[in-house]
Amino acid sequence: MSAITTTDITWFFACKTTDVPPNGGVCVKYKDEQIALFHFTRTNRWYATQNLCPHRRQMALSRGLTGTQQGEPKVACPFHKKTFSLADGRCLNDEHECSLTTYPVRLEDDRVYIGVSNAY
Amino acid sequence: MKIVVIGNGMVGHKFCEKIVDKSGSSAIQLVVFGEEPVQAYDRVHLSAYFSGKTGEELSLAPLDWYRGQNITLHLGDPVQHIDREQKTVHSHRGLTESYDYLIFATGSAAFVPPIPGTDKKGVFLYRTLEDLALMTAYAPQATCGAVIGGGLLGLEAAKALMDLGIPETHVIEFAPRLMPRQIDDKGSDILQTRLQRMGLQVHTSKSTQSILGANAITGLSFADGSTLPADMLVISAGIAPRDELAKQCGLQTGPRGGIVVNGQLQTSDPHIFAIGECALYNGMIYGLVAPGYEMAEVVASRLTAAAEPAKAFTGFDMSTKLKLIGVDVASFGNPFTTPDEGDSIVLEDATKGIYKRINVSKDGQLLLGGILIGDASAYNLLLQTCKNKLALPAEPADLLLGGRSAQPANMELPDDAVICSCENISKAAICKAVEGGHETFDAVKKCTKAATCCGGCAPMVKDIITATMKAQGKYIRNVVCEHFNYSRQELLDLVKVKSLRSFDEVLDHYGHGDGCEICKPVVSSILASLWNDMILAKGNDTAQDSNDRYLANIQKGGTYSIVPRIPGGEITPEKLIVIGQIAAQYHLYTKITGGQRIDLFGAHLSDLPDIWEALINAGFESGHAYGKALRTVKSCVGSTWCRFGLHDSVSFAIQIEERYRGLRAPHKIKSAVSGCIRECAEAQSKDFGIIATEKGWNLYVGGNGGSKPQHAKLLAADLDSATCIRYIDRFLMFYIKTADPLTRTATWLNKLEGGMDYLRNVVVNDSLGIAAELEKEMQQLVDAYKCEWREVVENPELRKRFSHFVNAPEEKDPTVKFETMRAQKRAAEWK
Ligand code: SRM
Ligand SMILES: Cc1cc2nc3c(=O)[nH]c(=O)nc-3n(C[C@H](O)[C@H](O)[C@H](O)COP(=O)(O)OP(=O)(O)OC[C@H]3O[C@@H](n4cnc5c(N)ncnc54)[C@H](O)[C@@H]3O)c2cc1C
Ligand code: SF4
Ligand code: FES
Repeated sequence: MSAITTTDITWFFACKTTDVPPNGGVCVKYKDEQIALFHFTRTNRWYATQNLCPHRRQMALSRGLTGTQQGEPKVACPFHKKTFSLADGRCLNDEHECSLTTYPVRLEDDRVYIGVSNAY
Repeated sequence: MKIVVIGNGMVGHKFCEKIVDKSGSSAIQLVVFGEEPVQAYDRVHLSAYFSGKTGEELSLAPLDWYRGQNITLHLGDPVQHIDREQKTVHSHRGLTESYDYLIFATGSAAFVPPIPGTDKKGVFLYRTLEDLALMTAYAPQATCGAVIGGGLLGLEAAKALMDLGIPETHVIEFAPRLMPRQIDDKGSDILQTRLQRMGLQVHTSKSTQSILGANAITGLSFADGSTLPADMLVISAGIAPRDELAKQCGLQTGPRGGIVVNGQLQTSDPHIFAIGECALYNGMIYGLVAPGYEMAEVVASRLTAAAEPAKAFTGFDMSTKLKLIGVDVASFGNPFTTPDEGDSIVLEDATKGIYKRINVSKDGQLLLGGILIGDASAYNLLLQTCKNKLALPAEPADLLLGGRSAQPANMELPDDAVICSCENISKAAICKAVEGGHETFDAVKKCTKAATCCGGCAPMVKDIITATMKAQGKYIRNVVCEHFNYSRQELLDLVKVKSLRSFDEVLDHYGHGDGCEICKPVVSSILASLWNDMILAKGNDTAQDSNDRYLANIQKGGTYSIVPRIPGGEITPEKLIVIGQIAAQYHLYTKITGGQRIDLFGAHLSDLPDIWEALINAGFESGHAYGKALRTVKSCVGSTWCRFGLHDSVSFAIQIEERYRGLRAPHKIKSAVSGCIRECAEAQSKDFGIIATEKGWNLYVGGNGGSKPQHAKLLAADLDSATCIRYIDRFLMFYIKTADPLTRTATWLNKLEGGMDYLRNVVVNDSLGIAAELEKEMQQLVDAYKCEWREVVENPELRKRFSHFVNAPEEKDPTVKFETMRAQKRAAEWK
């Protein structure tokens, strides 16, 4: 696993852009962690969050349907359709639900990198 | 101008309300005398006193209201004398008031027949709050109650005695039947049986001769020599208009009571009017509240000059529905037509205690009247049909069978149809309120007063609200979500016309933004229903609902289930063994489902293609348990084995399951075929169900299990197999094209304008001329069918998508946990 380390963020190579289905997500393994990576083809934006849905603690968000709500990117958990903002991780249809951890994503040609904090 | 009103009952109060409404309070001075100690209350619901309503709750307006409207109200102070020369009234307490106009609203009293002993202790009337208070106080010591009078009020009084806990209650009616003015002999028989079952003893053709007992009542003796022990009696033998004061001041009254009035409700003195139950119009006393309210309206309009030319009272429909007694009883229009006036259609079901009679004009065009006992749910619509002279269906008998579709839709009623007859509210007034933004039942009630009195019109008011909102496009136009400003049906037509084949294309043409978890599955379902392309092709995979995307249902813990198709529930021992072997090899939990097939649970995402490969090699195919698609066609064993079987239900079920397998729709579709009417396959609980008959197949549609179960309804009977399939093609395709997202056939049919009759016309009679097209479209889908799991298994690109980690495809999700139970695995509990 190749990684580039800057001062406080470690950027690790997740996959090739072509490994991610258009307008969908995949699950990326990083050490013992699972990170959901999403590609919005229309706006060519990339988002990454924890793969674990906080609702019933299911490793499933990467398999959820993506979309927008008033322009804000979101993903819906396949289990009970809780939706989470991909911009800041907050739950959009249940204010009492925990938020998701989000991660920055960087592209280098056709390579996708996800940034994880060094403190972590 | 000064108006004095004598009587603060229901009609007197309504008159005050109308004057206030029409005059703007200042110009007219109103003075009201009431004999009762409390202000006007809802006499119609007087019996609610026994179910705990207080006098205060029954009151029509608080005292503050009268004060606020500057109405002078003298309660407990009856008018005793009128000087018509001086135009003054004098009250019991010595007040004198002058008037420009005087209104009699003195109502009526209970009629007490001249039987010796009516003054004994334990004998009551049933008219005022005070009567009820006295009854309540006396009842605890009573063991056997009786009511003289088997009319509308008598039955209500009898129910009151039962509610008061009196162990035995009798009703004594002089006429040979109950409610002689409203229902016929047969109806009375049925009603009598039902009342007897409720514990009410009914005696008809009994003439009471005297009331027995020294001081208090101990019994009744009758003209036929018999006696009945009783220690409490309510007299409810009719009403006597309160015309004593009118007589005393020389106004013209009728020979059997009542103050004579003309169409303007004027008495023989033009400055004096009479309204409500004391008024005698055209030789008739109107003993109901609605005509009284209408009289109040006529006089109030005239005195405020609100209606020009002045309205007139022209009589009133006396249709009634008995309330509170626990048996539906209603009569409307002319309940007793003679054979030269019209033909009667009668439905009688003695076992259920139901009797319905409708009288239809000789030419079969109009409803003249009728009687409903045991089930009066159709009362409102029948009454409206009768009053508004609406055309009857070709088979008027349908009106009795209760099929909603046989009854005229509310929106067909003319605008001036009176919906709430108590408050005289027309359909137009209700529609107007809805259009003005009053879109709930409560809001409409508040705004129009409709349904505030007897409440009988409530269902109709609700229907009109819904229909009006629909007509405004508020109900029907169910746009998909923020990304598509179209209903599913509109979108389907657009996608079809433009031949669009992927979610992205549809979004480009008709949507905006990126879509979401709502519109993506809707569009995917539309695409599948139109073209039946492989759902994971053309970049459509991420537009599928999550379960469709992985062609399996996700389970607790993140594993998946596998449901191979087993058409009709028929399976060879060899195939059973293969399922067992595969389940053992991949360590899957197995269960027989409620749909006559086998479900294998607990498969890792990455194992799905391998498992399906093994199943496909053994001759299985996808069961589409994950899709809004055809699920199972259940069957009973049928004529090949069963001694009762009429036809081979298994073969037909397999034929049907294979025809529609893979068919995607707004929601899942289930079916079943039973070999005879014993219905072991439960076909009537399915979206479409088929039952063998001597002559062929009966086809039922619109059934549903789930949380709101509903039986399917018969679409067509005694069909041969080919016709049955043609009708199913048409039915399913019509459903697919017109239903809202995630709407099962039952809900769709419930909401379909015109209901089953309409659907039958489209499917069987081809009323829209689209049957051939529907069949053709279905055939295209049938021809395009391919097992989507086979396509995945055979396509390495698609197979690759079934891995948990994109960067470690060979690894399974390490967080998946199982436990053991009864020698199989199960998902670990939610954390
Ligand atoms: C496995 C099974 C229960 C069983 O162990 O027997 C089952 C299991 C599920 N049912 Fe069911 N239903 C099963 C028979 C039924 C039946 C009985 C029948 O079909 O004869 C009904 C009532 C009949 C009906 O649908 O009208 C039924 C009414 C539902 C409903 C309520 C539908 C409704 O209209 O209200 C849902 C929820 C939904 O579809 O939205 C549902 C949903 C589900 C889901 C898909 C829930 C989910 O999303 O995970 C379950 C997952 C099954 C899986 O992963 O394989 N299931 N479900 C049965 C599979 C039958 C099959 O072979 O395909
Ligand atoms: C138990 C019961 C159930 C009923 N159910 C129904 C029903 O389901 N549907 C329906 O349409 N109708 C029903 N009715 C009939 C309905 O209540 C009457 O039609 C309605 O109350 C008539 O109104 P009114 O103002 O003419 O008479 P009332 O309401 O009787 O009012 C007349 C008032 O005038 C007072 N009064 C009389 N003389 C004088 C005087 N000299 N000075 C001052 N005040 C005087 C009386 O004390 C009384 O308070 C029912 C009646 C009863 C008793
Ligand atoms: S009834 Fe509920 S718990 Fe049981 S299988 Fe169906 S959806 Fe699941
Ligand atoms: S587990 Fe994700 S919404 Fe329930």
